[in-house]
Amino acid sequence: MKGVRHYPGFLALAVGCLVILYAPLAVVAAYSFNDSASITQWGGFSWRWYVDVFTGPEAERFGAAAWNSLTIAVLAATASTAIAVAAAVAMVRGGQFRGRTATYALINLPLMVPEIVTAVAALIFFTMVGITTGYLTILIAHITFCIPFAFLPIAARLSGIEEVYEQAARDLYATRAQAFWLILLPLMMPGVISGYLLAFIISLDDFIITNFVKGAGMETLPTAIFGSVKQGIKPNIMAISTMMLAVSVLFVTLSYIANRIGQKTRT
Amino acid sequence: MAGAAPQGPPQGSGQASGGSTGYRQIVGPLLLPTWAVIGVFLLLPVLLMGVYSFLTKEFRGGVIWDFTLAAYDQFFVTRGLFGDEPPQIEWTYIAIFWRSIWQAGVCTLICLIVGFPTAWFIATRPPAQRSVWLFLITVPYWVNLLIRTVSLKFLLRDNGPLNEGLMAIGLISDPLPLVNTNLAVQLGLFYSYLPFMVLPIYAAVERYNFALSEAAADLYATRWTILREIVLPVVKPGIVAGCILVFVPSLGAFLAPDLLGGAKTFMIGSLIDEQFKGSQGNWPFGAAVSMILMALVLLVLLVQARAAGKAGAR
Repeated sequence: MKGVRHYPGFLALAVGCLVILYAPLAVVAAYSFNDSASITQWGGFSWRWYVDVFTGPEAERFGAAAWNSLTIAVLAATASTAIAVAAAVAMVRGGQFRGRTATYALINLPLMVPEIVTAVAALIFFTMVGITTGYLTILIAHITFCIPFAFLPIAARLSGIEEVYEQAARDLYATRAQAFWLILLPLMMPGVISGYLLAFIISLDDFIITNFVKGAGMETLPTAIFGSVKQGIKPNIMAISTMMLAVSVLFVTLSYIANRIGQKTRT
Repeated sequence: MAGAAPQGPPQGSGQASGGSTGYRQIVGPLLLPTWAVIGVFLLLPVLLMGVYSFLTKEFRGGVIWDFTLAAYDQFFVTRGLFGDEPPQIEWTYIAIFWRSIWQAGVCTLICLIVGFPTAWFIATRPPAQRSVWLFLITVPYWVNLLIRTVSLKFLLRDNGPLNEGLMAIGLISDPLPLVNTNLAVQLGLFYSYLPFMVLPIYAAVERYNFALSEAAADLYATRWTILREIVLPVVKPGIVAGCILVFVPSLGAFLAPDLLGGAKTFMIGSLIDEQFKGSQGNWPFGAAVSMILMALVLLVLLVQARAAGKAGAR
């Protein structure tokens, strides 16, 4: 009986959801190709603002910011994924040990503390300890809040892998390290990739915490964009936004594919 | 992005036989990096922030190590413009908190009203369509929040596409003042956190046994009665999770109120941000406001955990 699954108006709301979620992005993407210097009037299709992003007066500033964002995201995602893999193995394969619940709360702490509070706490900490705010402080903060995002998909994947594969390897005299590198890690890989991509995007996305701990003169792409937008939304900002949009869509698609492969290999 | 609700520890497949793969002995070293990083760079800083909120403010944004309740006093108590009147309750900051709670609450409600039918609709599609819908709902979440908020502002501007479009078709003669209103902030929050509502509800509805609905329908219950009496109680955990995931980050949101709002829509996030900018800042006060915000969030999470515990015990 199909009737109990269908409610009038639910389809309309679901479609409405998608419209609301995508309309602003679509409009900005469309206007980024606008030939007119005024953001209100449509002056025909053009790549000029994309050219402007790379060669215009602000090219250097945005180039440096993009480089910082990218390198921080790569380093933060790598470090937090490595930490998360170790943590996931301990949490899922370590049995019941003392402090397990406390550790679980700790891993989730970055998700529970409001972002602005994390930002304030980090700024106070760095000031107190005497670390000059800049690239390093941004990186440390990003590694910290990326850990749970990397941890969740990795732990979820690991929970679904039975111990028999590693046990078989150990029975055949594989060392613990060999069983990990040759058996467990390859089986975990879809989760690790998902976790890495998620951490990468989360790092690239962050504005509030970065804005607090970046120090003077240091910019990442979001803080640079925020600074520009305060003076009004210019067409070059729309071009940058559209490019970042494309990068995000690319990443989410990759993560989706990694998950699909993961589901297929799950036994 | 922050504000995911705590879930129970992952159930390892090797719970009973834990350690048979040899990891039990090295749990300590495996967890050391996690404790070192989150412990030193988040837990310790939050504790230090608590200490900071009791220090004396220094001009040019710093502190003097003299313990005082001044920051909390400033938040809750006023003694008139010159500080010589009898102490009264200071409503300025409480009003900002109240407005933030109200905004976050309304945002949660709207997300629920829109998100539940959407999640239901997706969960009742054939599996192949389901993953496409889920994909479409999650993509915006992966797009930079700042860019999404800026895009919304661009769309809503006085001479933005929405107003221009409405004027072009003659529905309005003057642009609607959309930006810098509560409505814009509301829309921004809704737009930021909607996927957080849809996903947990989807997960709950997907596990829902439709035979229950069918049994009720056979007994002549109407569709809406079934929804109210049978579906809602069953999928309630998903709804509660979604509400927490939307409410908590909305409460401390900074970008939507800052970019889409004006002076009249000032929220907690902006209040905290202001205390750490330039020479007008007041670090201990900012730390105190952060502590109060965190206490509020912990309270919400605690109430939810208690409720979930009770539901689980039944």
